[in-house]
Amino acid sequence: MTLIPGDKPGAASVASDTRQSKGPLTGVKVVEYGDFISAPFCTRLMADLGAEVVKVEPPDCGDSSRRYGPFPQDSPHREKSGLYLYLNANKLGVTLDIGTATGANMFRQLLAQADVLVENHAPGHLDKFGLGYQSLKEHFPRLIVTSITPFGQTGPYRDYKAYAINCSAAAGWSLIVGEPGREPLTPPLSMGHYISALSASTATMVAVIARRLTGRGQQIDVSEVECLNSLLSGVAANAFVYYGRMRMRHGNRSPAAYPYAVLPCKDGYMWMIAIQGHEWKRFLDVLGGGKPPDWYESDPRFKDRLKAGREYADELDARLAPWLMSHTKQEIFQLCRDNHIPFAPVNDIDEVVNNEHLNARGFFVELEHPEAGRLKYPGEPQKFSRTPWSLRSAAPTLGQHNEEVFCGRLGVPKQELALLRAGGVI
Amino acid sequence: MASAEYPLEGIRITDFGQVWAGPILSGLLANMGAEVIKIETRKRLDSVRLGPDNVERDPEKDPWFQCINRNKLSITVDFSDERGVALLKKLVKISHVVSENFSPGVLKRHGLDYDSLVKIKPDLIMVALPGAGSFGPMADLVTYGPSIVGLCGYDRMVGYEGERVLGMQQPYADVVAALYGAYSVLAAINHQQETGEGQYIELCQWEAATAVMGEALMESVMNGRNPGTLGNVQPGMAPHNNYPCQGQDKWVSIAIKTDDEWGAFCRAIGSPEWAKEERFADGFLRWQNRKEMDRLVGEWTRGRTHYEVTELLQKAGVAAAPCLSMDERLEDPHFQDRQAFVPIEHPVIGTGWVTSIPWKMSDTPGGVRTPAPLIGQHNQYVFGELLKMSQDEINYLVQEKVIY
Repeated sequence: MTLIPGDKPGAASVASDTRQSKGPLTGVKVVEYGDFISAPFCTRLMADLGAEVVKVEPPDCGDSSRRYGPFPQDSPHREKSGLYLYLNANKLGVTLDIGTATGANMFRQLLAQADVLVENHAPGHLDKFGLGYQSLKEHFPRLIVTSITPFGQTGPYRDYKAYAINCSAAAGWSLIVGEPGREPLTPPLSMGHYISALSASTATMVAVIARRLTGRGQQIDVSEVECLNSLLSGVAANAFVYYGRMRMRHGNRSPAAYPYAVLPCKDGYMWMIAIQGHEWKRFLDVLGGGKPPDWYESDPRFKDRLKAGREYADELDARLAPWLMSHTKQEIFQLCRDNHIPFAPVNDIDEVVNNEHLNARGFFVELEHPEAGRLKYPGEPQKFSRTPWSLRSAAPTLGQHNEEVFCGRLGVPKQELALLRAGGVI
Repeated sequence: MASAEYPLEGIRITDFGQVWAGPILSGLLANMGAEVIKIETRKRLDSVRLGPDNVERDPEKDPWFQCINRNKLSITVDFSDERGVALLKKLVKISHVVSENFSPGVLKRHGLDYDSLVKIKPDLIMVALPGAGSFGPMADLVTYGPSIVGLCGYDRMVGYEGERVLGMQQPYADVVAALYGAYSVLAAINHQQETGEGQYIELCQWEAATAVMGEALMESVMNGRNPGTLGNVQPGMAPHNNYPCQGQDKWVSIAIKTDDEWGAFCRAIGSPEWAKEERFADGFLRWQNRKEMDRLVGEWTRGRTHYEVTELLQKAGVAAAPCLSMDERLEDPHFQDRQAFVPIEHPVIGTGWVTSIPWKMSDTPGGVRTPAPLIGQHNQYVFGELLKMSQDEINYLVQEKVIY
C-alpha cells in the first residue's frame, strides 16, 4: 500500500523550517478572525492540510487563549500559552483593530485575496464595522464566510451569551453526564467548542467544493448547541417520541448488558466493557482460573447480562472489586489483551503523552517556538497516503507577520507600519 | 451532476460503516447530497438496528438507527461469499469513495482492502476508521467507542471535582472521529478535483479523540501535571456550574468570567448581602470560594424555573442556559425556529424525528430527503439499475443468499 511514508506519517511530514505543503488544501486561502477555541481550531485543521491561514488578532492583547494557559512552569506569558500554541500552529499572525476605519479597510483587502473567512464573534458583531455578511457578499461574491456561535445567526436565542457550559446545557448534552440526583456535568475542556470547530471545517470544505460548481461563496452558520444536539444528544429523539424514553445520568455505567462501566482498580480505573457474550465469558475464566468463579456459576440471576446490567450491577461490581483492587491497570490490561478481552485502562494524561502505541505511530510531534522553546504537541489523526498533513511553523507571536502580510500582500509601504502602530490600527 | 441545493450530488459512496463512527461519517456527506449505499447483510445486522431503545426488537424500527442512517440507501450482500465480493467490486468501480470502520484486516481478508480496490478504481478515495489504527504495538486492540474515551484520557477528567471517575458513557469518540473522517474525505475530494488523484486515509479513532484535548496534553507536557476529575470547574470562572431549579431534575447553567458579568449578575438577583462579602470581591476570591458560592447561588435558583433564571440573567448580559431534556428541546421555541429536529416519513414507523444537519449553509443547504432505509430496500435499484444486472441473475443471487 502507498500509505504511510516510513510508517511514521506524522513525524515524516514535519518540516518546521519550510512553508511548503503537499496537503489536500494547498492553495486555499483563509482569514481567521477568531478567539479562544472554536474558530482557531477550525482554521488549524485547515492549515494542517495545507491551507494558508492568516490569523487576525486585536492589537495589544491578542487572542484570549494567550491568557488562558497552561504555561510552562506556571509562568504566565502571552507567547507561551499551551492552548494558544496548540490551536494556532501553522498560521500567519497579524494584528488589526477592525474598529478603526483603516483597520476595517485593511481587513477588507485581506478578504479580497481570501477564499474563506472563519469567525466566532457574537452575531451582528461584524456588522458594526460594515463587515457583516450582506456587505461582504456584495464585495466578494466568491467568499465563504463561516461563523461559529453558541445559538446560531437566527432564532430567539441568537443574542444569548453563552460559554461552553451553557451550550452543552442547552443541547441536553450535560444532562446525560454525571450521577442521578446530582448536578449534570459539562464535558471537560470546553469540548463543545472542538465539536463545533470540526463541524465548521467540514461544512467549509463542502462550500469549497460547491463553489467549483456554482462559482459562488456562501454563509455557513454553525451553532454549537445545534452541533451537539444533532450529533450527540438529539440522536435519540425517536426513542422519546415513540417510547417515551429519555437517556438520563447513570453515574459510572450505562444501562446496557453487564459489564458496561468504569470501575476502580489498584492504581486507577478500567473501562469494563464487553459487547459480545464470549468476551465476558473469557474474563470470567481469567477471574476463576480457567472457569467462571463459583459465585457466578451458582447464581442464575447473573445469566441474563442485560437484566444483570440493569438490576444487579452494584452486586456484580462488588464481586469483582477484590480482584480489581489487587491488580494494576497495566496488569489487567495485559491479561485482557492476552485473552482477547476488550477491557481498557482509563489512562492518565501523562500515560497518553508517553503512550508506547501513540508514539510508535508518530502521533505526537515536536516543534520549536522562539519564546516557548521545543515542545511536544499532539498531531493530526488523519494519515493521507498521498497528501499528508504537515506542521510547517509554530504559532505566531503577536503580530509576527504584520510586515510580511501588510507590506508583502497588501502593498502597505514599510514606512507606514510604525504610523499604523502608533495609530492603534495594528 | 450536483444541484446547488445538494452540492455533493453525483458523489457515490460505498459504505461499509457499522454501529456509530462509520455511519455518522457517511451520514454527514449524505446530508449534502452524496449517494451513500450502505452495505448490510441479514447474516449480521448493524447492531444499532437492535439497540437498547428498540423496544419492539424490530430491526426496521430502531429509534437511533433512524437518525444516523437517514438519506442512505441499503443493499444486502454477504461478502463472506466470493460472489458477494465480486458484486461489491462492481459497485466500487462506479463509486467515488469507500468508507469503513471494521477492525483492521477484515476487508483485506475478503480482498476488499484499498490495495485490491484501487486496481479496479484507480482514483478511489477510501477512508478507514480503525479504533487504534492499523499499525503500532496495539493495532490489534479490540476497542469499543466508550473504551476509546478511556484510552485517550478524556474520561479520566469526567466526574465530580476530586471524586471517582464516571466517564462520558456515550459514543462521543465516534462522533469526533466521524467529523474528522468526513472533513478528511472532503479534503481528499478537493485534491482529486484539482489533480485527478485519489488516495487512502487512515483515521485512528484513539488519535482523533486525543487531538481535541490540547490544553490537557500541553499541561502534562509543560508541567507534568495530570488533571483529575474536573466536575464543572473551569479555571478562572466562578460561578460556573449547573444549579438546581424548580421541578424534577431541572437545572440551569450559569457562567461568569469578568467583574462586569459578576456585577450584572448581582444586580439581576437583587444584590443580596452575601454577594457583597469580601470573600467574593474579585475573580480570584470567587474562584477560591467557589464551593460556598455555588451553594448560595443554588439557593437563589432553587425557587425558580430554569427558563425564568435564563431569561432574567440573559437580560442582564450574563451567560445562562437551561439544561434541556429531550422533551423540552422538541418544544423549545429556539430549537423549533431553527428546525433542529426534522420530521421524516418512514414506511414502518410513521413520522420519525431526526436531528437537523449540524450547520446551515445559505447557498447549498442539503437536507433530509429520505428516511433510514429498510434492510436491502435498494437492492433492485443498485443491482438492476446501477449495475445493470439481469433480473434472472439478481433472483439467482437472492436465492443463493449472496444478496442477503
